[in-house]
Amino acid sequence: MALIHDLLFQGAEMLLVLLLAPLLTGFVRKVKARLLRRQGPPLIQPYRDLIRLLRKDVVLAENASWLFRVIPYIVFAGTWVAASLVPTFRSGLLFSWSADLIAIIALLGSARFFLALAGLDVGTSFGGIGSSREVMIASLAEPAMLMIVFTLALIAGSTQLSSMAAFMVSGEAGLRVSLGLALLALIMVAIAENARIPVDNPATHLELTMVHEAMVLEYSGRHLALIDLASELKLLLYVSVIACLFTPWGIAPPSAGASAIGIGVASYVIKLAVGGTLLGLFETAIAKMRVFRVPAFLGVALMFGLLGTLLLFVSRSL
Amino acid sequence: MMVVYSLYGVAALLAMAPIAIVLGASPHRAGVATSFVYGGSLIVTLTLATIALLSLSQYSSSVSIVTLPIGLPWLGAHFRIDALAAFFLLVVNLGGAAASLFALGYGQHEHSPQRVLPFYPVYLAAMNLVVMADDAFSFLLSWEFMSLSSWALVIAHHRVNENVKAGYIYLLMAGFGTLALLLGFGLLAGSDGNYAFDAIRTSHSSAALAALVLILALIGAGSKAGVVPLHAWLPLAHPAAPSHVSALMSGVMTKVAVYGFIRIAFDLLGTPDWWWSMVVLSVGGITAVMGVLYALMQHDLKRLLAYHTVENIGIIFIGLGLSLAFKAHGMPVAAALALTAGLFHVFNHSIFKSLLFFGAGAVLNATGERDMEHLGGLIHRMPQTAFAFLVGCVAISALPPLNGFVSEWLTFQAILLSPQLPSWGLKFLVPAVGGLLALSAALAAACFVKAFGVSFLGRPRTPAAAKARETDSNSLAAMFFLAALCLVAGILPGIFLDALAPVGKALVGMSMPHQAGLQWLTIVPVAESRSSYNGLLVFIFVVLSGSIAAFAIHRLASDKLRRAPAWDCGYPDPSPATQYTASSFAQPIRRVYGTSVFRACEIGEMPPPGATAPARLTVQMHDLIWDILYKPIAVGIGYATEKLNVLQFLTIRRYLTLVFTALVLLLLVLAIWP
Repeated sequence: MALIHDLLFQGAEMLLVLLLAPLLTGFVRKVKARLLRRQGPPLIQPYRDLIRLLRKDVVLAENASWLFRVIPYIVFAGTWVAASLVPTFRSGLLFSWSADLIAIIALLGSARFFLALAGLDVGTSFGGIGSSREVMIASLAEPAMLMIVFTLALIAGSTQLSSMAAFMVSGEAGLRVSLGLALLALIMVAIAENARIPVDNPATHLELTMVHEAMVLEYSGRHLALIDLASELKLLLYVSVIACLFTPWGIAPPSAGASAIGIGVASYVIKLAVGGTLLGLFETAIAKMRVFRVPAFLGVALMFGLLGTLLLFVSRSL
Repeated sequence: MMVVYSLYGVAALLAMAPIAIVLGASPHRAGVATSFVYGGSLIVTLTLATIALLSLSQYSSSVSIVTLPIGLPWLGAHFRIDALAAFFLLVVNLGGAAASLFALGYGQHEHSPQRVLPFYPVYLAAMNLVVMADDAFSFLLSWEFMSLSSWALVIAHHRVNENVKAGYIYLLMAGFGTLALLLGFGLLAGSDGNYAFDAIRTSHSSAALAALVLILALIGAGSKAGVVPLHAWLPLAHPAAPSHVSALMSGVMTKVAVYGFIRIAFDLLGTPDWWWSMVVLSVGGITAVMGVLYALMQHDLKRLLAYHTVENIGIIFIGLGLSLAFKAHGMPVAAALALTAGLFHVFNHSIFKSLLFFGAGAVLNATGERDMEHLGGLIHRMPQTAFAFLVGCVAISALPPLNGFVSEWLTFQAILLSPQLPSWGLKFLVPAVGGLLALSAALAAACFVKAFGVSFLGRPRTPAAAKARETDSNSLAAMFFLAALCLVAGILPGIFLDALAPVGKALVGMSMPHQAGLQWLTIVPVAESRSSYNGLLVFIFVVLSGSIAAFAIHRLASDKLRRAPAWDCGYPDPSPATQYTASSFAQPIRRVYGTSVFRACEIGEMPPPGATAPARLTVQMHDLIWDILYKPIAVGIGYATEKLNVLQFLTIRRYLTLVFTALVLLLLVLAIWP
């Protein structure tokens, strides 16, 4: 009985992230549009886009291989699984112990690995430019992320997101320098990983500056829908991770009743809204940087992460 | 008893060499000789692997020892299989079996089999003997046998100038490494010169002496394993050999070298000093990052793989260094975790690196090309090879759910235990090493996107690549066997960690908690609230959600597909030359990391307006380690020999004068000597 109960919650979590992900993207777009005094597309526009893409035929390049057709499913599945392992409204999910934060990061790494391969598959120069820049950015973002995980894990004594959230909510962590460094670095990494301004521009096309969009240029129809959904899930995942680690209030404990779960869901939606608004504000306020400025940007994140870890090695209380 | 059976196996391998010489001598029997040698090696190595597995599983009962009346007359030849040796025998023979199976197909294309066949079984036998040896004399003798037989295989294709140079440098470095080990064992044996490992274990050397031995072991075993800066020979020699031998050298021989280091540092030297781990950790961290950066700059597929071996050796040494640190500070649980992480990576790397070299061999066979700039689009013509190679790429890039991730994850978990270490040096070094490890993991993924993407994806860049044919079934069987192992070790790591438990118990006095009984086959290194990973569930999860998505979309939305020319923003270019190449793919990374590490710079030459000369872009890179460390030595030796060369062309009077002066000088020395 308890198992079925847990399975239900896990399923609910998977559905919730899947359904909320396009909404978050639509919300960020709306915020950005309003800040520019534009009306902006309706909030549900990303859903409409997905459905439209899903119904269309796939137009496949003549020399695309079988791998090219499999990759959207791999990328989507990997990102979806990673996103549904993050505690959003309730901690202690059934499968949360099957992968800790390091594994979640690595799962996203797998998705990126395959996406970068897809960029090279058709043999066009735009795909190549996207892939090579994506791996360059990842080569800095991933170690930075791991150093952030180290910092947080050393504070919480665990790499399990559920345990980390429980520790953070208990208030034992308190205010620490290392925690502040980790938060800053995590936000920088999240911006880079989700191809947001100033690292990449999600709205651009036909520009030599694009990274993520250049990589998926040859995709169309349902394949493109899956890849878009995967990037929306990734954005949701990063906001959820930040919310779960730095604002863990409201997350229902495993034994909670219906009201606590209701609070959990409500607080999660509020956190997403706040995160989305902040992202929109940030993106509107800043200009995109040159590709070769990105290493400096991510290098700062890496140094923050390293510094945070180092501080904790030196003293448990910093 | 196990060791006796293993020695029979080794004898069988050695006996194959003369038969191979006889059979291989006549060209029309080359096919028979090839099948005989590789088939025989396959059977023997499989048997040896089974024996190793049995002795690893029943290790608790007894250690198997035998002394043969050969070798030094007062010493005899001691052989012994304990848990550590059994594990490494398993690695050696599993790799050997896979390479033999691969070569059953691949070896048929060898144009000079008589240069490969006799040395191959000797090489396998020598690696087995190194691991089984229980006295310094047999160890060094087998070690030299291993070096020389592999050297013979490296220069098998001696008409290629590059290979001769590779063989020359390899021979020099191997000799240097053995010299370091020889001195190390000499110090270990002490004044009474007892070379048996048993005697060395019981005698206690002073701290300074032990430190010296450790450094010598790091130089001796490390140069064979390829730690930076002693790696210079490795990327030259490993690719020069035939591909199945490259796989053995990269996947297996470097592990034998790691074994040599573990045997000395963990077993023979007794309790370590804490600062030893500082040396090992820094060497490991630098090796990991430098190895992968070098690999990223390569466009020769086999050389890229060889450089990547350097990176993985670094990761293994990081695990070993952490284990030494924990052991020195009396934290056996953490030491066992770090050691197990390192050893599991030894196993994993031997599997996927062999797999990748087999793939490179299959490509070399099909196209005659090792240069990635001449490949491309092979996934269409060699789909099975491409699939197996892809599995290897994912595994080596430390991506879940395959095995490379598990061992790196365990290393990360070990790093997270290290704030409890009391010494300040380690407190500063370990986070830095953790950063280096994370950096190398991310760069490895970039490196293998490049390796797979440029060689197997895209459009063929040369006619040779366009006409490639799928490789033979034996080679494919070997590749798929290893690919399956990658998956099994990735999703069921608990079994492998439990199998490694006796090694930890023997070397650091503790083993990781028992994994087999845990729910859902999860692995839990320390405690469940701390960290856990379940590759099986992650794998099932990903496969299930991917299939559900595919099924739902095909049923409910659209499953139509249309082929059309590539879009490429509206400007598709018909020439495959416009694709991204290996060097253009690596350009952003070269710019970010290479400007400092390799002093890379790009020089663009634009002809003046109106001129018809082509514009040129030249990339200059310097291997600073080669320039700073090796070149001065080579130049110095060259200078000295140039000067001494005069002695060759003297008149008889001058020679007599020289002899006379030398005699007088020596007599003087004798007279003055107290």
